[in-house]
Amino acid sequence: MVADLKQKYIAYRNKRIIQKGPSSFKRSINRSKGGDAAIFILLGIVAVIMVMPMVYAIVQALKPLDELWVFPPRFYVVNPTLKNFSDLFRLMGNSWVPFSRYIFNTVFISIAGTAGNVLLSSYAAYAISKIHFPGRKFLFSVIVYSLMFNATVTGITNFLLMTYLGWVDTYLAVIVPACCTTFGLYLMKQFMETSVNDSVLESARIEGASENRIFWTIAMPMVKPAWVTLIIFAFKDLWNTGQNMYIYSEQLKTFNYAISQIVTSGIARSGVGAAAMVVTMIVPITVFIISQSNVIQTMSTSGMKD
Amino acid sequence: MPREKAVIRSDISKFRWTLLQMKKNWVGYAMVLPFFILFFMFTVIPVVLSVVLSFTTFNMLEWPKWVGMDNYIRLFLDDDIFLTAIKNTMLFAVITGPCSYLLCLFFAWFINELRPKIRSFVTVLFYAPSISGNVYIIFKTLFSSDQYGIVNAYAMKLNLIQKPILWFQDENYIFGLVVLVALWTSLGTSFLTMIAGFQVVNQELYEAGAVDGVKNRWQELWFITLPSMKPQLMLGAILSITSSFGFGQIITDLVGFPSPNYVVHTIMHHLGDYGGMRFEMGYASAIATLLFFMMVGANLLVTKMLRKVGT
Repeated sequence: MVADLKQKYIAYRNKRIIQKGPSSFKRSINRSKGGDAAIFILLGIVAVIMVMPMVYAIVQALKPLDELWVFPPRFYVVNPTLKNFSDLFRLMGNSWVPFSRYIFNTVFISIAGTAGNVLLSSYAAYAISKIHFPGRKFLFSVIVYSLMFNATVTGITNFLLMTYLGWVDTYLAVIVPACCTTFGLYLMKQFMETSVNDSVLESARIEGASENRIFWTIAMPMVKPAWVTLIIFAFKDLWNTGQNMYIYSEQLKTFNYAISQIVTSGIARSGVGAAAMVVTMIVPITVFIISQSNVIQTMSTSGMKD
Repeated sequence: MPREKAVIRSDISKFRWTLLQMKKNWVGYAMVLPFFILFFMFTVIPVVLSVVLSFTTFNMLEWPKWVGMDNYIRLFLDDDIFLTAIKNTMLFAVITGPCSYLLCLFFAWFINELRPKIRSFVTVLFYAPSISGNVYIIFKTLFSSDQYGIVNAYAMKLNLIQKPILWFQDENYIFGLVVLVALWTSLGTSFLTMIAGFQVVNQELYEAGAVDGVKNRWQELWFITLPSMKPQLMLGAILSITSSFGFGQIITDLVGFPSPNYVVHTIMHHLGDYGGMRFEMGYASAIATLLFFMMVGANLLVTKMLRKVGT
């Protein structure tokens, strides 16, 4: 009976593939036209809801002053202008600390933190997934448990620790903790486990290559999507670092902090505030668009097998 | 370098085998060491320390003084605001956690039906709010309290309301709005995990399923897709739950601190209040410890439940 069905199905399938090409078959299996339409409409509506606030931020940023205060308020802009952006840059020029300093801080913190993060997590991930030392399963389960709470819990005691170390109000307080995000290690380990071939490593070991050398010349080139993803995630977090409880001096604060001061600093600048928002959101979104396929590839191995 | 003579596992005791393995693979320890030193310093020690400090009073000037369970007794018996905070945090987590999880799952599923080019475009649209820093502040302009706010203006034009609503000051609306904004930003990493999860399902399974009598897309999702992406479902759940406890900053940015009549006062705010402003570190540590156990408890519960699905 089943074999009979299968025969019929394969015949149907082949006929269909000959008529319309293989891709047409895959898409139509178990899919009703009505359902497709419903999903399309739903996706469309929700996509609009997701995008609308961001579009509104862009629209606000492009509005000249008289349109910002027109009544009733408009969702669109009639005479778009870049004046808000030029005002934003003028404001930046007038800031207390030279604005280039904020940009330098962000770039420095992002690069140092991201580099440390990728390096340390990749080393640890390689060791946990590819070197069979006793205790590696335990270490990994500790990492998994650490995904179950966030930094709010450790904030207070971390502050005490920073005070004790004398790191308060230095770059170290931001950079060093950023070097050990457990999610980065988690992703890297999962990816290495599936995409680095054990037999290649084994033959390199027989050749007498050191683990360090194997790591750099064999493992790392194989897991490019994973470290691209780690770079994106670490960069995104560091870029979005705004107000940090360990940093007091204005000279050490970040671009994002300065921008958010402009966003929240009063009604007269509401167009400029929107321009500032556009500037902050455009960087991470662009970075994600460029690296999307790498990120998705990494996430596809990220599942939690117990 | 000559390789040492192979030792067979059953020749020696388990203890000696482990020692041998440790010696042979010492490089492994050297490689995990830098990461785990930092991990120990900035995650393990803080958690342990906050449990210890929660039994003391500590103002950062004098040495901590042991007070036993006093902090916890004070939290539950004397601190009405804390009880409000617990209620709000739970309510917030119970609503945003599952909702954002289901949003991630279903929209990843819908997006997966699209053709690859459009798919990656729509993925960016849905993912963007979660990575663009504090763009959610634009909701303050959208829901501005005067008639210049878009929402108020349109609602008045359509005669839904007679006078502007003070969205972020009116106790009736704050909670709902904050949940809305939190959900808007919540299609983050767990969403990407799901997107990737749908793409790794073996396509042949669908054809085999069609032969076996899977009739529509819902059955396909339930019988084929979800069982084969269970690892992604687990990770997604953990990420969603953990982040459902982390929306304190969004609330502060939108509503201010303290919120009117404490309607959206959460444990995160209570913690910041005592730890960051009043410097009652012992008391704050007790709050942090409770928050820690709430998060880990919620995660363990949900992952245990998910593990049962489909078995």
